[in-house]
Amino acid sequence: MEKQNLILAFESSCDETSVAVIADGHTILSNVIATQINSHKRFGGVVPEVASRHHIEEITICIGDALKEAQVTYDDLDAVAVTYGPGLVGALLVGVNAAKVIAYTHHLPLIPVNHMAGHIYAARFVEPFQFPLMALLVSGGHTELVYMQADGQFEIIGETRDDAAGEAYDKIGRVLGVPYPAGKVIDEMAHQGHDTFKFPRAMIDEDNYDFSFSGLKSAFINTVHHADQIGETLDKNDLAASFQASVVDVLVSKTERVLREYPVKQLVLAGGVAANHGLRERLTAELPAKFPDMKLVLAPLKLCGDNGAMIGAAAYVQYQHQQFGDATLNADPSLEFDWMPNMVH
Amino acid sequence: MKLLAIDTSNRPLSVAVLDDTKVLATTTTNMGRNHSSTLLPIIEQSLAQAQLVPEAIDRIVVAAGPGSYTGLRIGVTTAKTFAFSLHKELVGLSSLAVLAGNIVTAGQLVVPLFDARRDNIFTGLYRIDATGQPQNVLPDQHVSVATWCEQLAAYDEPIVFVGSDVAAYAEALQTNLGARFVRAAAQLDLPQATVLGLLGRTATPVENIHAFVPNYLRLTQAERDWQAQHPKEDHAPYVEKI
Repeated sequence: MEKQNLILAFESSCDETSVAVIADGHTILSNVIATQINSHKRFGGVVPEVASRHHIEEITICIGDALKEAQVTYDDLDAVAVTYGPGLVGALLVGVNAAKVIAYTHHLPLIPVNHMAGHIYAARFVEPFQFPLMALLVSGGHTELVYMQADGQFEIIGETRDDAAGEAYDKIGRVLGVPYPAGKVIDEMAHQGHDTFKFPRAMIDEDNYDFSFSGLKSAFINTVHHADQIGETLDKNDLAASFQASVVDVLVSKTERVLREYPVKQLVLAGGVAANHGLRERLTAELPAKFPDMKLVLAPLKLCGDNGAMIGAAAYVQYQHQQFGDATLNADPSLEFDWMPNMVH
Repeated sequence: MKLLAIDTSNRPLSVAVLDDTKVLATTTTNMGRNHSSTLLPIIEQSLAQAQLVPEAIDRIVVAAGPGSYTGLRIGVTTAKTFAFSLHKELVGLSSLAVLAGNIVTAGQLVVPLFDARRDNIFTGLYRIDATGQPQNVLPDQHVSVATWCEQLAAYDEPIVFVGSDVAAYAEALQTNLGARFVRAAAQLDLPQATVLGLLGRTATPVENIHAFVPNYLRLTQAERDWQAQHPKEDHAPYVEKI
């Protein structure tokens, strides 16, 4: 049997410290994730300096556990990969410096990975990618439609003009008194309520692929505050359901619009908000019938949040293209997809 | 014993490779805070100049704080990952002691300091012992310049102030301490990893590398506020493996 390619992959861009061992870019041998949710709950959101301090507490524990669970040693590895952006700079720096040191002390190539590329490649654990591919990438910091002509090539077709979808969830979560991170709880509440408030669907009819969620957020907050002022009690489940219906409507309709213009073989749903059941169910119910030649690939629930496995999957593609970094690698908190091919669609 | 010493606690960056008390290679820069890009290349160069491979290092000594939070994390992450991944010894020392160690006059009182902004400093009081090593007299602390001057008033002898940030507070210190305020020579203002390495050579290594973190000397603002509002609460563990 040919030796497997093994990548030790680091992720520390926000409030999860994660180290994974990935074989051949698509098999998870280990995916250790230390989450700081319990800490940031105290503050109603991620506090960057607190996050950075937790990362440095966890980083070598995660390395040790990842190797142990995968039953491999440093000598078995082919490369070290790390998220170097986008994200919180202090948080990123812990992963970047740890990964660089492992690459140096064990004479391994270093692969710098874009966190958002990592999110897309979480879907690679479901099935091999077929191109062209469209990714609907929805997280706390990003909401974008990304077109891929080939592995490692990313073109942003549409994106949010203000808040990311996940950010809107967190903000209305505060209004509803839902602890951070609000997404999962609001998703559950939404399933027990009905869309009675009919919040606006921003930009849904506009002839572009961009999103906007700040108007929805404001409409939601105004509705709640108005009710508070006149002493009316609103059904929280209905509020959640109405909010989620608006978010999902916009995401799904924009995705359908882009798919009509850009025929693709696969639509990948990825990012933290890809764990939202409302969104997964709507895409599953509607897209296959409308786009029979296209395959819907939902990132696995466990890999929607930040994790090292997805970084390892994205890194494997870069490994094949020998896209390596060196000891000078730094964190880039506002890293964007930098490969924009001159494409003819 | 082959030893690698790293100090990135503030704007200066210093790396040294030692073989027991013999310095094999050292580099100190004072060019900015982009330590994440520059530290590992300088470590690589230093080890190459010393004709050593990483595996040959027996002990890593790091300046663990106080200092710039980001700078500390770059140095400490690098040091603890290096030690952990190669099963080497790890020693953490006060970043202030490293600076105090530039003064070698036995019996001398020394105050190293780093600016902590808004008239606050990270500092401590040290006395140089007969072997030339700095010994803590007043612990490392985060303190206002005014309060620090009050604490120092009890020491009726000359005190040598060392560090690039002394200049910013020289006037206030001079006013409060008069002739007892003695400014170190400018060439002693940068921390030297050679000093760190020599101090760390005889220190006790940490027992649990995983638990080794920077000595920030300050809680984050968010945690201070939270503790003030929740004096008896503690919902640790704050980090959970999932």
